[in-house]
Amino acid sequence: MGPLVPDIISGELNYIIALIVGIGFGFALEQAGFASTKKLVGLFYGYDFTVLRVFFTAGITAMVGIIVLNHLDLLDIDIIYINPTFLWSALIGGGIMGLGFIIGGFCPGTSACAAATGRVDGMAFLFGSVIGIFIFGEGYPVWEGIYTSENWGAVLMFDQLNLSRETFGLLMILIASFAFIMTQIIENRINNKETKWFKPTIIKNTIAIATPIIIVLFVMVTPTKKEVMDKRINEKIAAGECNPKIMKGDKLAYELMNQYYKFNVVDVRSPEEYEKFHIPTAINIPLETMHKSENLGTIIQNIKINVFYGADIMQSQRACMISKYFGKSDNFSLELTADEFNQQYFLISEVDPNGTKESVDVQNFRIEAGKKLKEIGEAVANLDKPVVKKAKRVSGGCS
Amino acid sequence: MTTETPKKYMNPYLAGFFLGFVLLLTIYITGRGLGASGAFKSVAIQTVETLAPEHAANTDYYTDYKASHPEGPMKSWLVFEVLGVFIGAFLSGVASNRVGLKLEKGPGVRNATRIIGAIVGGALFGFGSQLGRGCTSGSALSGMAVMSFGGIITMLAIFGSAYMVAYFFRNLWIKKQ
Repeated sequence: MGPLVPDIISGELNYIIALIVGIGFGFALEQAGFASTKKLVGLFYGYDFTVLRVFFTAGITAMVGIIVLNHLDLLDIDIIYINPTFLWSALIGGGIMGLGFIIGGFCPGTSACAAATGRVDGMAFLFGSVIGIFIFGEGYPVWEGIYTSENWGAVLMFDQLNLSRETFGLLMILIASFAFIMTQIIENRINNKETKWFKPTIIKNTIAIATPIIIVLFVMVTPTKKEVMDKRINEKIAAGECNPKIMKGDKLAYELMNQYYKFNVVDVRSPEEYEKFHIPTAINIPLETMHKSENLGTIIQNIKINVFYGADIMQSQRACMISKYFGKSDNFSLELTADEFNQQYFLISEVDPNGTKESVDVQNFRIEAGKKLKEIGEAVANLDKPVVKKAKRVSGGCS
Repeated sequence: MTTETPKKYMNPYLAGFFLGFVLLLTIYITGRGLGASGAFKSVAIQTVETLAPEHAANTDYYTDYKASHPEGPMKSWLVFEVLGVFIGAFLSGVASNRVGLKLEKGPGVRNATRIIGAIVGGALFGFGSQLGRGCTSGSALSGMAVMSFGGIITMLAIFGSAYMVAYFFRNLWIKKQ
């Protein structure tokens, strides 16, 4: 599952990737005519809307691509870099950049293309931007306040509008299409050309606009892998086919005391609950993230027997179903919930002397087990515990 | 360089599709988008560190940068990417006969005016890109692809402000009427 860096592609190789995608980037910009300042500025005087066409088409292509990759579980959008929102600096910075665009006739990426193809004005702009960045660095204390104020974090546009990612994607496609048509009319008027819509052009354009719309609609109506999984499991539970093997608390305690390494004890509650209490040697994989590829590797293996427990028996049984769904057959659902286990082995201290011999024996065993498990847990905590792979958000941006 | 006439530019929608595909591939592989101004920042900081090491060591801005980029400013993903941009643009220019030393400017504009305009405009853009945490590539385009709120409002601010001031600088770009 993407992104491939850093799990599949190393940090060093990433620099080579940077060079290669940079070549693609530069090639595309130059082919589009972005090395020419007149073509860029045409956008603002109405005689050439190439920038808008290229920019919007590129943005929508990538946007729709991300929607599709996310839908197919090929890209984890929770960890890709999202430009953070600092309201004032974004607006003021953008405003200054717009002014620079008109006066200088480039933006940084396009000036690099212009310089590479021998445009002296591009080189001058490049030089200027380094100076501008230098000024920013030198006077940083002066604008630090604006720079860091109104930090909203990684806010997403569609969340702000209370829309789904897909609906917002559709909206963007429609806005772009409308802009493409309008700017064609404006451009023709300014260049004193008559706007004619030939039938083949209309058909071609309709296909071009309809394709991304159909793709996004398709994503909206088809369920994701997780939705299919949830549906199947729900059906099975409804049909009464959810009857995983149950492991008794004492049995688990006994097994862990003697051969903990044979068991993969999985706490399927939230990380916060796990933090408060967990059975020694247990790892934490919240139920709703279990289907993710980085977690499946821990669950679907042939060496250890899975024992799931949660805040209630439903959670642990569901975890068994998920594990089974992905092909692991050796699963147990712990009879006790996390709290019950905690109560039964760790929070008892006194043996009730008036009980039967059998119950006194059991209680003695549990107290003993609690102590032993704690020791094992501490010993194992740093040694034997599988490394919990937590995918971190990629850092990116222009700083 | 050659006497051949430059080839026509690619169809903008096709070029846009290609660019979007490169961006998508970048996000899929690396989890981050494209950028440009970040590499210029590396150059600016490296220059200061080389020419005025004492000043760099005594100014918070540079020491903070150094702390967050222990491998030095030039060993950054964006520096390699922009290096690629230069190569890619050059190759594309060669393939389409568009490489050649030249100064492009609006009709009737003097060379000196154009150069000064480019430097001043560049400085403004460079400054703005730091304040806005990225330029047209890193903030606007990549931000739009991942639907970042900050990226999209930066994009609107860039183009909105350019349209607002375009009238006042029309003599730089279009014929006087």
